[in-house]
Amino acid sequence: MVILAQDCLQANAWICGEYLSTRREEILAALVQHVDLTLRAVVIGLLVAIPLALLARRFRRLETGILSATSLIYTIPALAMFSILLPFTGLTTQTTVTGLVLYSLTILVRNIITGLAGVPEDVREAARGMGYGAARMLVQVDFPLALPTVVAGLRIATVSTIALATIGAIVGNGGLGKLMYEGLTTEFHAQVLTATVLVVLLAVVADLLLIGLQRALMPWRRAVGSS
Amino acid sequence: MNALVEVLAWLIDPANWTGPEGIVLRIAEHLVLTVVSMVAAGAIAVPLALWLGHVGRGGALAINISNVGRAIPTFAVLILLAIGPLGIGVTSTVVALVLFAIPPLLTNAYVGMREVDRDLIEAARGMGMTGPQILRQVELPVALPLIMTGIRLATVQVIATATLAAVVGGGGLGRIITAGFARQDQAMVVGGAVIVALLAIAAEIALGSAQKRIKLFRIATRVG
Repeated sequence: MVILAQDCLQANAWICGEYLSTRREEILAALVQHVDLTLRAVVIGLLVAIPLALLARRFRRLETGILSATSLIYTIPALAMFSILLPFTGLTTQTTVTGLVLYSLTILVRNIITGLAGVPEDVREAARGMGYGAARMLVQVDFPLALPTVVAGLRIATVSTIALATIGAIVGNGGLGKLMYEGLTTEFHAQVLTATVLVVLLAVVADLLLIGLQRALMPWRRAVGSS
Repeated sequence: MNALVEVLAWLIDPANWTGPEGIVLRIAEHLVLTVVSMVAAGAIAVPLALWLGHVGRGGALAINISNVGRAIPTFAVLILLAIGPLGIGVTSTVVALVLFAIPPLLTNAYVGMREVDRDLIEAARGMGMTGPQILRQVELPVALPLIMTGIRLATVQVIATATLAAVVGGGGLGRIITAGFARQDQAMVVGGAVIVALLAIAAEIALGSAQKRIKLFRIATRVG
């Protein structure tokens, strides 16, 4: 059995248990960096997207500008995006995170605007009548009612961020993408396939966690059903 | 700021634009790759979506393929193809480009077909139109705006993937960036990246306005 397992590394097999056990620490480190890059990008993306969406709602004339700017950013290929950021942030994780944040804005800003626009005007009117100020209205009325659309955007943004983060390997920090990039030069089948499977699994797990979060945050929707 | 001046100097140096590895040739390579892949992907995805939409089957597949496509990293697929049986080269690049162009084409064309008003189809049937006639003269024209959206999204996706393909030995504009990395020439890396970004944005804007023009043309013909 041991000889067989050793053989899979030598034979450059696509699926190799020996690879998993001998390189466990390297794989784990790449996975941890991938999660770190994704979390930072999505959290910062959300923190940037919320004020942008509020600006777009407050000043209607800005809405088209903000939406088309973010969607033009989205068309920039990732290899180019990370390369353009190099002179500013160098070969640090900041380069990858900044690129990922810029990509996440497209989806997040659009969904927050849509979510806020869907808040029924009579509900806001009622809250205003009850003496709600602007800040309280935002936190207690607008955000909770916009939440389903925002979480839907968050799910899309997170899944695509996890996939895009791999390209960060080209500028030195790509989490599991590093294993893919190295595996390309060494033609290491098991390494590339393992990293790919882990990235897809990570995306699935993140998506499921966000669905769970949505249910926890919105208990009133559970009773109605999961539609 | 010095770095940006160097990038600008690289961009305006005519020597970088000509020759067998010049920007002009790389842009041409990039456009050929994009057009070839889009034609191939369109030939596969659009008829399939039109047929699925016409008979009203396979909706789950047509819609979910886009979600699955988003979760699968382009980078991983390119590398898997390159170190796999297809090997490094044009074939694996085009296969990857086609694979990633299919989901947006399929999903949008399918949704476009399904969103055609059922009453409209009933009326056409009542007038004695056959299935193929309904497809060509009723469903297709109504679904056209969404089919165009799919083409726009797929083209932008292909331009991005073609850039990345340079990392695994494909041609195109990404080559300038990877060559810059290999020579540790930051001005070349960033200069190449700027050109790629501008090309992608130009394609998006051009296709967006083409889409609008089709819409206007359709409205004009309907009125006239």
